[in-house]
Amino acid sequence: MIRNILIGVLALGIAGTAYWGYREHQEKNAVLIHAENNYQRAFHDLTYQIDLLHDKIGTTLAMNSRASLSPALAEVWRIASEAHADVGQLPLSLLPFNKTQEFLAKIGEFSYRTAVRDLEKEPLTKDEYRALQTLYKNAANIQQELRNVQHLVLKNNLRWMDVELALATNDNPDDNIIIDGFKAVEKNVDSFSKSADFGPAFVGLEKKEKGFVRATGKPVSKAEAKRIARSFLELKGTESIKVTASGKGADERFYSLTIRDPKAKSEIYMDITEKGGYPIWVLNSRPIKKQAISLHEAANRGMQFLRKHKFKNLELYDSAQYDNIALLTFVTNENGIRIYPETIKMKVALDDGTIVGFSARDYLATSIQRPLPKPTLTAEQARKKVNPNFKVMEQRQAVITNDMNKQVLCYEFLGTLGEDTYQIFINANTGMEENVEKLQSVEQSYS
Amino acid sequence: MVKKMQRNLSFIILAVVLAVCLAIGGKPAEEVKAFSNQVIQRGAVGDDVIELQARLQYIGFYNGKIDGVFGWRTYWAVRNFQYEYGLPVDGLVGESTKAKLVKASKYYEQFVKEQIRKGNSFTHYGGVPLSQQVKENRGGGAANSAAGTTASNVPKGFSQNDIQLMANAVYGEARGEPYIGQVAVAAVILNRLEHPSFPDTIAGVIFQPGAFTAVADGQIWLTPNETARKAVLDAINGWDPTGGAIYYFNPETATSAWIWSRPQIKQIGKHIFCK
Repeated sequence: MIRNILIGVLALGIAGTAYWGYREHQEKNAVLIHAENNYQRAFHDLTYQIDLLHDKIGTTLAMNSRASLSPALAEVWRIASEAHADVGQLPLSLLPFNKTQEFLAKIGEFSYRTAVRDLEKEPLTKDEYRALQTLYKNAANIQQELRNVQHLVLKNNLRWMDVELALATNDNPDDNIIIDGFKAVEKNVDSFSKSADFGPAFVGLEKKEKGFVRATGKPVSKAEAKRIARSFLELKGTESIKVTASGKGADERFYSLTIRDPKAKSEIYMDITEKGGYPIWVLNSRPIKKQAISLHEAANRGMQFLRKHKFKNLELYDSAQYDNIALLTFVTNENGIRIYPETIKMKVALDDGTIVGFSARDYLATSIQRPLPKPTLTAEQARKKVNPNFKVMEQRQAVITNDMNKQVLCYEFLGTLGEDTYQIFINANTGMEENVEKLQSVEQSYS
Repeated sequence: MVKKMQRNLSFIILAVVLAVCLAIGGKPAEEVKAFSNQVIQRGAVGDDVIELQARLQYIGFYNGKIDGVFGWRTYWAVRNFQYEYGLPVDGLVGESTKAKLVKASKYYEQFVKEQIRKGNSFTHYGGVPLSQQVKENRGGGAANSAAGTTASNVPKGFSQNDIQLMANAVYGEARGEPYIGQVAVAAVILNRLEHPSFPDTIAGVIFQPGAFTAVADGQIWLTPNETARKAVLDAINGWDPTGGAIYYFNPETATSAWIWSRPQIKQIGKHIFCK
């Protein structure tokens, strides 16, 4: 009797476990299929967008009227950015596929810049036409390769999950058809990007790693770097300082310093350029106590610090309080002309007013020719170019870096339209609206 | 006849008393001490800013929300006030501006603080009964921090939710690292945003398949601590300890041979940062 009951219970248990296992398996499969479908969608969408991209570049080549060229180029831009977004959703980050992504980004940039340009006044140059033609050919190659991969994926029922697994485990990833296909695409693009010439308009486009052009002088040694840190941070001398030189991947050589005060629990970190020994940035990780000084006072301390360290002509441009820290932004102001690329940022602790952060990266990386050019328009003329509904509250001259990565002299108008505050930059020579920026620094809490 | 007059009179008195009560706001809200002695400038947060906004609103210079953060709208309100009252127009709220403002306006601190605490939306105009200036909480927006404000400063182009998402990623990826290592991981995310080889949104970069292990194994959904959030803020505000890196890896656990081929910039904590 007991035996029978036991058998019954066990049988029930086994059946229950089996059912539970089956359900688990089902659920896991559903999740896997869902993930796989996401990858499949991104992939098939990508091939479709590349098809479209190829066709569209083709049509722009055939176009004669400039009026229809601009919208067509805008279309190319849109498709390229969609394709770019698709690539970002595929599990390829372990596979060197960045050349193709870069290629898509470049097509996007190129077509955007030419699309927004007034082609009546400034038609496509010969170089740009040639660039378009090479882009066309290259897009054709990518299209071919991707079509081929797509065909194989569909024919053999290939799974992207397997690609992900193969890449993650590094288990002979060369055997995978998808991986091979994408590698072929990448190789193709690579050979192209070496020979590509997008024309002079494109030269300024790629954000060049400019390095610290302002940091001039003789290279300093590690010991000198330590000395510079001691005087810049006004250390007591009891701190231990560890210095390491940058690796070969750095654009410009620098030293990284870790400064440890045996008494304090925190550390100060600092980078100094090798050439000339300029402080690039400083961060102090010490905990900050209750607020004791005002933001205004902090700004004054920041200004004092800059004066003491021989930074000339800087003025406070922006200030904001985050918890117990004041974040200050200073820009150069030379004879009433603000030079926005020359920015220094500082963090001041609101408990005792000491500097806990400093960054001169932008300041060191911009070299703006002096003397500054003279404007050809008057402020009045420039003001006429501003939206008539805009209420100007402040105006001044300013140098900014525009969309084309060029430094231009502008008239800056700061004011309001409705409830919002805007900063509008009108080119002081051409009268072009170089930049309009909505200034919003406060966000409501959603707690 | 006399009796009737008396009744009328008492009725009028009652009405007047009622009206006065309404005007004060039904509650004995009293005007308490004014401003601390700090100079208030754009970007400041806290009680002084709440008072500043409330007072400016009382005399009609400020129509925005009383949220305790000195933003652009408050700035223009201050400047207009300074202009109208013959003060130097600099947008700084110092001694003289505060004195003029206190003289010209009233501040019902209790009322304001209570509405903020309850998360009600409210205004503080003069000449309108306070009780008519409150709308009950429509969910959310209650005071968030020790400062008792209902808003906060955010870096340009980033919302508090963006910061939170990045803090999640940083905490998941680098919570065992020194502070600077966490700033560095946040900086890599930002460098990728700018780089043509990567997606151009924060979510796109963070959730790119295979990009971050913390995303792959779900550690991104741990609750980040205050340190991670501060690290993210530092990175967004312009501190990049990596020297422009777009990759990093832990040399002890890295499986990909390819990552070793990237030109290395420097090591921070356990991570090597590279181009």
